[in-house]
Amino acid sequence: MEDKVILLDFWSSSYAMRVRIALEEKGIQYEAREQNLVDKSPLLVDMNPIHKMIPVLIHNGKPTCESLVIVEYIDQVWNDRSPLLPSDPYQRSQARFWADYIDKKIYTNGKKLWREKGEKQEEVKREFIAGLRALEGELGEKVYFGGERIGFVDVALVPISSWFYSFEKCGNFSIEKECPKIVAWVKRCMQKKSVSKSLPDPQKIYGYVLQLKQKLGID
Amino acid sequence: MAEEVVLLDLWVSPYAARVKIALAEKGIEYESKEEDLSNKSSLLLEMNPVYKKVPVLIHKGKPISESRIIVQYIDELWNHKSPLLPSDPYARAHARFWADFVDQKIQGTMYRLFEAASSESREAAEKELIEDFKVMEGELGKKPYFGGETFGFVDIAFIPSYRYYYGHETLGNFNLVEELPKLAAWVKRCLQRESVSKSLHDPNKVYEFISELRKKRGLE
Repeated sequence: MEDKVILLDFWSSSYAMRVRIALEEKGIQYEAREQNLVDKSPLLVDMNPIHKMIPVLIHNGKPTCESLVIVEYIDQVWNDRSPLLPSDPYQRSQARFWADYIDKKIYTNGKKLWREKGEKQEEVKREFIAGLRALEGELGEKVYFGGERIGFVDVALVPISSWFYSFEKCGNFSIEKECPKIVAWVKRCMQKKSVSKSLPDPQKIYGYVLQLKQKLGID
Repeated sequence: MAEEVVLLDLWVSPYAARVKIALAEKGIEYESKEEDLSNKSSLLLEMNPVYKKVPVLIHKGKPISESRIIVQYIDELWNHKSPLLPSDPYARAHARFWADFVDQKIQGTMYRLFEAASSESREAAEKELIEDFKVMEGELGKKPYFGGETFGFVDIAFIPSYRYYYGHETLGNFNLVEELPKLAAWVKRCLQRESVSKSLHDPNKVYEFISELRKKRGLE
């Protein structure tokens, strides 16, 4: 029986990009359905009644929600190729820890960074940079967080890099200057087709951010 | 064997309780070290430099932090008995989703309730928490446990916090025991398990502790 895989998607969502990268890494054929997040489709509401958010992976009709839950699901189902999580329980726990850290410290602050101004923005920037520096420590001298191959933590983090240009413009700072190892790691990841295919053009993201700022009345 | 597993603990923490329940379910002996969060031990600072919080599980000298991650580690390593997560990937994802909901949504609301300085913010948080509990009542449905026939990951994630609220019985004017009967039956079922009853404290003692903490912060 052939698998039917549908992704309820949104082009600028870093969370959705994680799922796309995982699917690409595993070479899984899927249909991406771009969602309207203002006027949500009955399918989205039906498949994710609790949060009504993307991404949602619908595999043979059954939905899974929350990007990191979805990535683990993909890794388990298609466990015969390109493993994303290590097999050792301790190393798995560490990968989960850092992916969770990325959600708490990087993604949460990223969402605030372009919306805030003045001292509040400076505070968010400080936390964001501190978070990336902690991740640099965890990366160390490795090629990827996963070691020689991209893994769970790489998949969790790399999507937000498509927003770096926007953060830099809005926050008036250089991520490369503050966290050069992270930027070098991003460049290495972008050489992989699974990543470059799944991330949008940072300029397009910036255009979108400017539109949102206008809509929200933030200057 | 006991010296191999150490838990940096806090008696009132529902997160630490999760880990204790999981260890008990697996029959693992461990040493519990009670932390004083106003005077954190050098061990805690060394083993959880990122968050400096409990619980931390230290196994053969290597630390694991974040309760849901610790419980998954326990389940994956000591897989000889009492599986806490289902083996089917879809069912596992479902369990992870709901454990994440407990932390993302419910714990978030509980935290806002704890921090509520005005009666308006208190009432708003209470109202939201009641809605969150209703969602859990719906998700439990007719099942004996969130995982189905067997006690598992979502039960472990939710029982400590809910037990402490349930022990207080009412949230504002809402009677948890009467209005959410499925959850009420589920609490009783969980408490029949030694792993749970031994890992949870008298809800009144917990409530007193929380009230004292609020008073100290000038919130009451």
